[in-house]
Amino acid sequence: MKGGDDAKVLAGGQSLIPLLKLRLASPTRLVDINGIPGLEYIRESGGYLRMGALTRMADLEASDLIMKRYPIIHDASVEIADPTVRNLGTVGGNISHGDPANDLPAIMLALEAEFVAEGGSGSRTMKAEGFFVDTFTTALNHNEILTEIRVPMASPRSGGSYLKLEKRIGDFAIAGSAVQLSLNSRGECERLGVGLTAVGPTAIKAKKAEEALKGKKLTDEGAIRRVGELAAEAASPTTDLRGPADYKKEMVKVLTIRSLKRAYQRAQRGGM
Amino acid sequence: MEGGKTKMHIAVTLNGKKYDADVEPRLLLVHFIRENLGLTGTHIGCDTSNCGACTVLVDGKAVKSCTVLAVQTNGKEVLTVEGLAKGGKLHPIQEGFWEKHGLQCGFCTPGMMMAAYALLQKNPSPSEEEIRRGISGNLCRCTGYVKIVESIQYAADKMMMAERKMEVPAK
Ligand SMILES: Cc1cc2nc3c(=O)[nH]c(=O)nc-3n(C[C@H](O)[C@H](O)[C@H](O)COP(=O)(O)OP(=O)(O)OC[C@H]3O[C@@H](n4cnc5c(N)ncnc54)[C@H](O)[C@@H]3O)c2cc1C
Ligand code: FES
Ligand code: FES
Repeated sequence: MKGGDDAKVLAGGQSLIPLLKLRLASPTRLVDINGIPGLEYIRESGGYLRMGALTRMADLEASDLIMKRYPIIHDASVEIADPTVRNLGTVGGNISHGDPANDLPAIMLALEAEFVAEGGSGSRTMKAEGFFVDTFTTALNHNEILTEIRVPMASPRSGGSYLKLEKRIGDFAIAGSAVQLSLNSRGECERLGVGLTAVGPTAIKAKKAEEALKGKKLTDEGAIRRVGELAAEAASPTTDLRGPADYKKEMVKVLTIRSLKRAYQRAQRGGM
Repeated sequence: MEGGKTKMHIAVTLNGKKYDADVEPRLLLVHFIRENLGLTGTHIGCDTSNCGACTVLVDGKAVKSCTVLAVQTNGKEVLTVEGLAKGGKLHPIQEGFWEKHGLQCGFCTPGMMMAAYALLQKNPSPSEEEIRRGISGNLCRCTGYVKIVESIQYAADKMMMAERKMEVPAK
């Protein structure tokens, strides 16, 4: 948490209140943004899937649009924390918190999302890449709040998948891998997005892995394996209660390969 | 919300009864319920928002009352375990825990029952898998969950039956 004495935005409170209880954060003021109207929505318009920052994670889980067209987000929505936490926790909070163990940041990196922030001096749009600066630190300025999360609209030959390994239901990830794939008309990889959870100081965009498959067929087992290996190389996990670092790296490889295969199946079915 | 000693006024409807109070902004909902209102059915089992012993409903949604500030419930409706029984008659969920031995020490039980209540409101006939997912924010250190799942199944059946009876026109 940046500076102990500043005001803090309170959204779902499911990360912030636990920090306050443990005295890991002690802001002098909390600004409850739940009263701001019009920040809870999920819709497609103007070429984007748009989610208001105060959209609850339970609403992601319940959304038909998300389930049918953005399965990568649906995958996460049923695995983030537990249903009680998801009733309050917000999409904006999950992203603004800057916790590498949160699940949505890696997905936003894979989807090449954009974030809209409003501050004293107006509004600006940031790319997900570059937004996650360090653990608990994002590109948001202190006087800004995140208002909208935008994801380029899913194209017909695209599919995504998020896989997360957890010790028990409801826990943070040991490791997680988000994969978003677009195919060209010949069935080759046109674009690949790979984001990793809980294996570094921030969520990680595995760029070399993303490049490795360009123009290749998804039937090329060697190429798929290579994506997994490059994703593991991009990870820099630490050894902790959730497992040793080398194990987590290996899991990144396995999860990325599985996630890629599932994303491919879904892309062939038109996203679902 | 101002820190320090400034109190804020809240008006909350809890188990159908209106309460007005001046509380510190930092007061957690669970402390408000237990200490200010003296309703100790809602338990505190952890410091980390993990166990769900403190689960209550706010405007119909299950939340961990140790991870909500009391001031955030201003103008809202809260339901705690004390609000389940009506007119001295146990709620089918309570009856289910009784009949199916859904508790041993009972510490997790109020939270379990409130999570089950919220689940059955959304999904009146959940599968075992859906029940297990539905209560995944609630930890029990005694039962191994099998009996809890059975208790909730019992309640679901009982509530469905009550519903059907109401649909049958009176003779
Ligand atoms: C038991 C438990 C298990 C959990 N497991 C997982 C898990 O497996 N995966 C996972 O991803 N998360 C998990 N979480 C975290 C949960 O998903 C949080 O709800 C979420 O990360 C934060 O969202 P929030 O709305 O509650 O944010 P808050 O707690 O309100 O805020 C978090 C931070 O973000 C800032 N913030 C919030 N909204 C905005 C905004 N719009 N603009 C600017 N800043 C903002 C706040 O100032 C604060 O610093 C878990 C939480 C608990 C309690
Ligand atoms: S007391 Fe454990 S989750 Fe609230
Ligand atoms: S009955 Fe003892 S914790 Fe559940």
